[in-house]
Amino acid sequence: MTDNPSSGRRAGIRTGRLSSAEIEQNFSDKYPPLSRPEALIEADRCYFCYDAPCTKACPTGIDIPGFIQQIRSDNIKGSALTILTENIMGGMCARVCPTEVLCEEACVRNSHEDKPVSIGLLQRFATDPIVEGDTALFCRAESSGRTVAVVGGGPAGLSCAHRLSMLGHSVVLFSRDQKLGGLNEYGIAAYKTVNDFAQREVEYILAIGGIEVKSGVSLGSDLPLAELQQEYAAVFLAFGLSGANKLGLPNEDIEGVLSAVDYISDLRQAADKGDLPVGNRVIVIGGGMTAIDIAVQSKRLGAEFVDIVYRRGAVQMGASRHEQELALTSGVSIRHWAQPTKILLDDRVTGMQFERTELNADGKLHGTGEIWSLDADVVFTAVGQTLAEDVLGAAAGIFEHKHGKLLVDDNRRTSEPGTWAGGDCIFGHDDLTVTAVQDGKLAAIDIDRFLRAEKQGDNAWQT
Amino acid sequence: MADLTSEFLGIQSPNPFWLASAPPTDKAYNVHRAFEAGWGGVVWKTLGEDPPIVNVSGPRYSTMLSNDRRVIGLNNIELITDRPLQTNLDEMRQIKKQWPDRALIASVMLPMNEATWAKYLPMIEDTGADGFELNFGCPHGMSERGMGAAVGQVPEYIQMATEWAKKFTRTPVIVKLTPNVTNILPVAQAAAKGGADAVSLINTINSIMRVNYDTLTMYPTTDGKGSHGGYCGAAVKPIALHMVAEIARNKETASLPISGIGGIGDWRDAVDFFALGASNVQICTAAMVYGFKIIDDLTSGLSDFLDKKGMQSVSDLVGKAVPSVTDWQHLNLNYVEKAVIDQDLCIKCGRCHIVCEDTAHQAITHTVNGERRFEVIDEECVGCNLCVSVCPVDGCISMQQLASGIDPRTGQEISTEKASWTTHPNNPMAK
Ligand SMILES: Cc1cc2nc3c(=O)[nH]c(=O)nc-3n(C[C@H](O)[C@H](O)[C@H](O)COP(=O)(O)OP(=O)(O)OC[C@H]3O[C@@H](n4cnc5c(N)ncnc54)[C@H](O)[C@@H]3O)c2cc1C
Ligand SMILES: Cc1cc2nc3c(=O)[nH]c(=O)nc-3n(C[C@H](O)[C@H](O)[C@H](O)COP(=O)(O)O)c2cc1C
Ligand code: SF4
Repeated sequence: MTDNPSSGRRAGIRTGRLSSAEIEQNFSDKYPPLSRPEALIEADRCYFCYDAPCTKACPTGIDIPGFIQQIRSDNIKGSALTILTENIMGGMCARVCPTEVLCEEACVRNSHEDKPVSIGLLQRFATDPIVEGDTALFCRAESSGRTVAVVGGGPAGLSCAHRLSMLGHSVVLFSRDQKLGGLNEYGIAAYKTVNDFAQREVEYILAIGGIEVKSGVSLGSDLPLAELQQEYAAVFLAFGLSGANKLGLPNEDIEGVLSAVDYISDLRQAADKGDLPVGNRVIVIGGGMTAIDIAVQSKRLGAEFVDIVYRRGAVQMGASRHEQELALTSGVSIRHWAQPTKILLDDRVTGMQFERTELNADGKLHGTGEIWSLDADVVFTAVGQTLAEDVLGAAAGIFEHKHGKLLVDDNRRTSEPGTWAGGDCIFGHDDLTVTAVQDGKLAAIDIDRFLRAEKQGDNAWQT
Repeated sequence: MADLTSEFLGIQSPNPFWLASAPPTDKAYNVHRAFEAGWGGVVWKTLGEDPPIVNVSGPRYSTMLSNDRRVIGLNNIELITDRPLQTNLDEMRQIKKQWPDRALIASVMLPMNEATWAKYLPMIEDTGADGFELNFGCPHGMSERGMGAAVGQVPEYIQMATEWAKKFTRTPVIVKLTPNVTNILPVAQAAAKGGADAVSLINTINSIMRVNYDTLTMYPTTDGKGSHGGYCGAAVKPIALHMVAEIARNKETASLPISGIGGIGDWRDAVDFFALGASNVQICTAAMVYGFKIIDDLTSGLSDFLDKKGMQSVSDLVGKAVPSVTDWQHLNLNYVEKAVIDQDLCIKCGRCHIVCEDTAHQAITHTVNGERRFEVIDEECVGCNLCVSVCPVDGCISMQQLASGIDPRTGQEISTEKASWTTHPNNPMAK
């Protein structure tokens, strides 16, 4: 990252804090792809474990030693097939998965040399040429004559649609956003997915055929759920979490207090990142991946002081150790054990007041009464997302739910017959692209089973 | 510090590492550099009759590589020297003068008639070379012309040519054997009968490396066609060691000094050859892969090894392992080992489990009390060493003797008496 004192560390909010060359450098590929020699050497490090721990640690269960073996033998198409069969977004996951707490954490090499096989980078090596070269690996089974409605064009929805299409069903996919990809397109940090990869992957997925896309259509306001349930053989709900949690403090709507996800969405869609208004002093409230991402990207846009303030300690943060380190090495300060108590303002935000926190004897968080404050031009809230209230409309009441998220069973069936759900909108989901993909896949497999049973005249929902 | 100076057939050299007859010893320029680097001696690139042979101008070499492109084996279709004899002789003379303390051996390959040997050997001896090596090994090209391996595969020819060599030179004669025979002993014996002072082995092994996956022709080719070549380098060492040990332990050939060749890359490989009966060693591929500098590791590693073993010189090591080599029929069938997995070192890759499960004796667990854990089931383990062989962690699995008590696999008491197949009741020929 460039740190050029001449590049205008002036107070307040302004655009063009960095030159376009600096922006380009700051938002280039965070982990550049492996070259062929690098990939072959790295692939050689894989022990080809039995019942491999990495495969078990992958939420989509990719046969990791299998695809690495195929890289070793220069069988790139076979390798990509191994990956994409389990995870059609293997390309995106290779870039955005927190592998340090998934497959790579399970790698047995950690136990004798502390350096796992770079599974993510190898996965990218195998999938990039296939996705970017539009190499078709999947074909559709004989048509079932049934059509399934998929609501949401993010990882869960796309994964479900692709698998349904493979299994011979037709899909109509409804998406509120114009572009498909969900948070891959509007949320993930820009330096994790450069060169418009999210859209290329969407095109690759849709190329299988049998998926009719209806963009700009919102379930709820444009489209009642009941209508979908009536018209389609099955419904898969994967609309993510489009509502943002609030801090619950007075004056939250004042200028300068922004939702991190909204800002990131603007950042991802900006034709020129230099046009984005960037504060000199930035406070981020939250402890998850979104907090880290907005903090690091603010830094990379030229903010001088960026502070993440989180109400608990480092171990309780939703962001992995690795992500926290990325923030720290990017020049972000992380302050633990403090909760926001007051938005400081004149005609716009000027800072935040915090209270120190600690855990009491029974492990509950409470404020100690000790107060401190930080100046700020911008305060980003990154304290989690919720189901937007209007999404299910009148139907909201019919679903069993918990903490504002839909409850599903192991096959991703909701409490409503004929309706499945997956991705961020279900309870228990850990807010990762890869788990959303798995949800979509599992739901599609179960929908297929359901439709086949129905054809046999069985009571399909019960079986 | 152990003394590395070597005397082989009375030929002195500062260490027992010679460069084998091959491209590294093709001309004075290379040999000079080799001696500067510290090599003990060279066997000059094989000399032949004038006019010299002609090499192909397409690829001579190809390799079997690991994924990080380490050379595992090398294949070549080079013939003997393609330079005029006189040029070679002049350079050899000059080198011997300049490096009197280093061994210089003349390698020769000549047609099978006595007159030719009578003509050339004295000329070559006159360079001051310390001895001759008869190349009966080249497996390609030269063998089609009735030389090299074509001679080396027929004991009578070996004997005959060796006799001629002994007749026309006063210097020691080493016969270089081809491994392209089903049994190395008859050819080694023939060399001994012909009066050879020593044998050297192995030369290269007939080989085709692979096909070209685009053209579906063999690889490499010269203008679309290829011929088999000679294989050498690390991959051939076990084959060479077996042949060396056979000669060293067989009473008809045991007294023949051996110059060991084939796949030596570092000092440990050399120790293998010495311990199995070679008195010195020759190296080609490793030098062709890394250059002459490898001599530093060869000499310091060997010297340190000898010191650790309390040995004064290489001769203390020569043949040490030969008595441990025997025929299968003499192995003690009452001896029992079981694999033991050190759980502290185990990284839980499960390779031992899956190979034992799929291809050996179903003797390693993968789950114990619901946990991923690999333990040997003594009731099933036959002690085959497969798990040890595939475990990626050095020292994690070891074979340990079950010296007494009941073998849980057979349910039989372990006998302390030795009993081999020769006396086993299942053997219809048992004595
Ligand atoms: C800032 C940020 C950074 C992240 N970084 C990472 C990361 O590095 N690695 C990682 O693994 N995960 C990351 N995640 C999480 C990951 O992006 C999500 O878990 C994943 O995208 C969830 O997929 P989904 O399909 O459930 O929902 P989404 O990706 O949110 O997609 C929802 C889809 O539904 C559509 N939709 C919404 N409402 C409606 C409606 N009413 N009607 C019709 N369509 C609707 C949207 O248009 C969209 O197409 C990050 C998330 C955020 C917010
Ligand atoms: C390119 C090449 C050329 C060779 N030419 C000869 C030769 O002219 N005469 C000979 O006796 N052996 C020749 N050899 C065989 C080597 O001397 C040696 O016996 C063989 O390569 C095994 O040793 P290594 O594994 O250390 O290479 C040649 C080997 C190679 C690779
Ligand atoms: S020694 Fe052979 S039989 Fe015994 S556990 Fe190992 S692989 Fe299995």
